[in-house]
Amino acid sequence: MKEELQAIESEALAAVEKAEDSQALQEMKVKYLGKKGSLTTVLRGMGKLSKEERPVIGELANNVRASITEALDAKTEKLEREALDKQLETETIDVTLPGNPIHVGGRHLLTSIMEEIEDLFIGMGYEVKEGPEVETDYYNFEKLNLPKNHPARDMQDTFFITNELLLRTQTSPVQARTMEAYQGNRPIKMICPGKVYRRDTDDATHSHQFRQIEGLVVDKNITLSDLKGTLDVFAKKMFGKDRKIRLRPSFFPFTEPSVEMDVSCKVCNGEGCSVCKQTGWIEILGGGMVHPRVLEMSGYDSTVYSGFAFGMGQERIAMLKYGVNDIRHFYTNDVRFLSQYHQA
Amino acid sequence: MLVSYNWLRNYVNLDKVTPEELAEKITRSGIEVEGIEYLAPKSENIVVGYVKSCEKHPDADKLNLCQVDVGEESLQIICGAPNVGAGQKVAVAKPGAKLPNGMKIKKVKLRGVESNGMICSLQELGLDEKYIPADVAEGIFVFPEDAEVGVPVQELLNLDDAILDLDVLANRPDALSMLGVAYEVAAILDQPIELPDENLTIDESIEAKDYIDVKIDSIENNPYYGAFIIRDVEIKPAPLWMRNYLMASGIRPINNVVDITNFVLLEYGQPLHAFDYDQFGSKQVVIRQGKENETMVTLDDQERQLNENNLVITNGKEPVALAGVMGGADSEVTDETTNLLLEAAYFNSACVRHTVKQTGLRSESSTRFEKGVDPNRVKRAGIRACSLLQKYANGKVAGGVVEVDQLDKSEKSVTVTTAKINQRLGMELDEKDVTSVLSRLQFEFSKNGEEIIVQVPTRRLDISIFEDILEEVIRIYGYDHLPYTIPQGWVQAGGLTDIQLLQREIKNYLSSAGLMETLTYSLTNEKDATRFLTPDIEEKPAYSVGLAMPMSEEHSHLRLSLIPEMLRVLQHNVARTQTDLAYYEIGKVFVSREEEITNQPIENLHVAGALTGLWHNHPWQQEKKPVDFYVAKGIVEGLFAHLELDVTFVQTKMEDMHPGRCAEIRLNGKGIGYVGQVHPLTAKDFDVKETYVFEIDLESVFAVHQPAPSFTDIPRYPSVTRDIAFILDNDIPAGNVQAVIKEIGTPLVKEVSIFDVYQGEHMEEGKKSVAYRLLYQDPSRTLKDDEVDASYQEIIEKVNNQFGSYVRS
Ligand SMILES: [Zn+2]
Repeated sequence: MKEELQAIESEALAAVEKAEDSQALQEMKVKYLGKKGSLTTVLRGMGKLSKEERPVIGELANNVRASITEALDAKTEKLEREALDKQLETETIDVTLPGNPIHVGGRHLLTSIMEEIEDLFIGMGYEVKEGPEVETDYYNFEKLNLPKNHPARDMQDTFFITNELLLRTQTSPVQARTMEAYQGNRPIKMICPGKVYRRDTDDATHSHQFRQIEGLVVDKNITLSDLKGTLDVFAKKMFGKDRKIRLRPSFFPFTEPSVEMDVSCKVCNGEGCSVCKQTGWIEILGGGMVHPRVLEMSGYDSTVYSGFAFGMGQERIAMLKYGVNDIRHFYTNDVRFLSQYHQA
Repeated sequence: MLVSYNWLRNYVNLDKVTPEELAEKITRSGIEVEGIEYLAPKSENIVVGYVKSCEKHPDADKLNLCQVDVGEESLQIICGAPNVGAGQKVAVAKPGAKLPNGMKIKKVKLRGVESNGMICSLQELGLDEKYIPADVAEGIFVFPEDAEVGVPVQELLNLDDAILDLDVLANRPDALSMLGVAYEVAAILDQPIELPDENLTIDESIEAKDYIDVKIDSIENNPYYGAFIIRDVEIKPAPLWMRNYLMASGIRPINNVVDITNFVLLEYGQPLHAFDYDQFGSKQVVIRQGKENETMVTLDDQERQLNENNLVITNGKEPVALAGVMGGADSEVTDETTNLLLEAAYFNSACVRHTVKQTGLRSESSTRFEKGVDPNRVKRAGIRACSLLQKYANGKVAGGVVEVDQLDKSEKSVTVTTAKINQRLGMELDEKDVTSVLSRLQFEFSKNGEEIIVQVPTRRLDISIFEDILEEVIRIYGYDHLPYTIPQGWVQAGGLTDIQLLQREIKNYLSSAGLMETLTYSLTNEKDATRFLTPDIEEKPAYSVGLAMPMSEEHSHLRLSLIPEMLRVLQHNVARTQTDLAYYEIGKVFVSREEEITNQPIENLHVAGALTGLWHNHPWQQEKKPVDFYVAKGIVEGLFAHLELDVTFVQTKMEDMHPGRCAEIRLNGKGIGYVGQVHPLTAKDFDVKETYVFEIDLESVFAVHQPAPSFTDIPRYPSVTRDIAFILDNDIPAGNVQAVIKEIGTPLVKEVSIFDVYQGEHMEEGKKSVAYRLLYQDPSRTLKDDEVDASYQEIIEKVNNQFGSYVRS
């Protein structure tokens, strides 16, 4: 009987090995292990065995059953895997075809620039202040040391609405309003970004509407060196850590002394090129020490407080930083322009 | 201000600086030099020649055959200029010379006759045509008789000059004169300054007061008027050097008298005016305000209408000049003039500015009066001009100037200390650093202990307070010496306000949702300014704010809606074959509640979006989803979900919107915006295709928004969903039923969503089926089936009652 069992095992294992599909395996399972299968048939003769032989043969039979079952399972798994592989092969697609387009929007380049500048100054402890775009003559000019008939008023051509109302030509009235609100009894550290308007014909470098960002610091003992140091931090952050700055004297009615700040040209590294008109420097912004009359008009004692202010055109910063060659791009909103700079 | 480098050398030693170096130094010290221009490129071999003879060319009527002595040789030159003649001294380009225009001079034969050079015009020598005097504009240039034969013309004609273009800002009118620039440059270079010759020999036989009298009726506008009399002048060209300097400074020479007044104007910054004394019309100058309906003819032959804001010079009867702006035609200096009345006066700047604005006549003179002239230079300029007239017009200067003088010529004094200067600069200068700057600027000062008392010369109208002196010190000492520091002391936490953060959050959301941010103009045309109003604006009468003097009709009024300019952006892009567009903008609208504006308008921040074309497009998969109402609404719903605010949408009608596809957006029952399709006719107006827009008043959002919602625990107990499909009349808004379900189901029903809408086949006429999914949940326990069933039944019953609906089986 032992030999019979061993014969069944080797026959079954050989058959399983040869089987080519799950149908054949199923049939083999019936043939060898089923109720009428060869193993069962052999085991029916167990009764004829001696008491001593029975457990030995029993154990052998179990081993044979296990061995065949295991072979069948292994083969089944193998065949299934082969079938799956075959099926997956047929599911192959062309991975070079384009995927589902995701429509990405984004911020306007000027917004990105503005937020970058805001964040830089917020990091240095500045508040962000805003104010009306339709201003009074009083806040736009008079409070900034530009009385009516002041020759410097010609520097800025103004959109007037009435004799007293106008579209602000600068964001400086926000400074005047903030100083007035604080009533001369606390220090100030603020920036004010916003739209401004001037009577300019729109061309590659002029726009009747543009955006400024100005800064104001008022405290006891604010110095011109503080302005220089602050602008240096700004310039290095916006234009690269290798940039140098220089101050040149200039004139603005609300600051005295007044300065313009140049940044060393990035294109030629200060050697002189067409971008910087061979000077090695590019004019970036204006600033200065707050004029004592401006402080006094807003209730700050100019013998106790001093301050610095600076202001720049956001478009100019963006144009210099990204090489944009025409200010009108910012307002035409051509999608082919906007999508060059989007970052959500 | 155009500054001739060669002219400037007359006052300051410039031997150690090139024009380029000088320009850089001037710029770094405060007056920007915008450019340097060389009058003419260097040209060799062009010398003064003497025309010994001049005959007609044997074979050409219009050509002349000249024998020209050029020093070591004599050249035969053929010249076509009509004004060439024997005995002239002319500019000769010898063979081998190269002219500024690139032309090379060679020996040539013209109609069989040899020509060994060229006689040149000023244009050919490189001078700008517009500055060339009229008498030599049409031909060759003729030198004065004393010009030396054989000498290169370069220097004689000042062609080697470099012109510095100074951008003089309103604070430095002193730099609108050669003397002012000389003082500046002397300070920068630490050099002395040499002042011009004001020596005058008076003709003892004549007295000015016998010829003229001066009366001022308007002393506040004209505190000084000086009248000089110069007799027997000879009108002829001014000396060559003076004409050269004028041309270099952008002024065309006319004749000696006019040129001398212009020369002194540039040199002293003091405008002068020369009248033809014999044409003046009286022996009295009366200065007064103009009268209504008074007219005068100015030098440019225009009749000018005057009024009482104009200051006029009169002869006691009628105006002869607009003070400080332009003279009159009748008393103009001409070739026949022999006697002069020379005016040196101080006119109030505001008064001159008024006349300039009114007449549009801006001149070298008016510009200087407008910005302010040095009170101590007015009379001196008159004397300087007389001295030049004596020298170069052979005039006899009458004794005594007839003047009315109430001009304040006193110098201001400003007191500073080195300590205070250092405190403001953040530096550690020595007192001698400060005083050395003052000396270089030629500011007199005295000391009183720590105090330095500075006498400010009247030429520096911009200096009156401590900070002005501070600026002088640091600009001459050099900004490069300033250290870099950051403000010390007071500290605050910088940051954005809740509202500013919210704006950034809205931009984050809309950008992520696939919309591109635009920036459009606040100024639009009058019609578009008041279209597409949000409900909060439309409630009360709303007016747009118009500019007093717009530059164009397209930008004349402030917008009340962001949409019209955004539609224009769509149009711009569509016209450039960019058809699938989704834009948003955050910006202010300007609402006036007054028909005649007197107060600042209300400025409300709005957010708006505009979408057209395909929202989704995946061509090879044939997936195309055009923008429709629900795309636009989805963006709006998403926005408010993001901001954790509940809004409702109510069917509405707006003039420029599709009558059936527009919803008002309500927050807490108040209309704050709209979303919908632009009316096809309006879309056609703006030249765009099917377009969907939304606009929301953000001020209403800011008013209720809670910046930091508190934590809600994540539900730990399972939820239960139930579906109901109601058969409703077509005109019942599905959203209304949804709201009622939510109301009835609260608190167990957490969400009600719509998952199917069906109309058409197998549906009763005029009815639709809307399927709702209800989500039941209790955060504290597991719900029991029977309580959900009870709620579900209650909802069905009440909805059917309220809307006349029934449940689809
Ligand atoms: Zn460069």
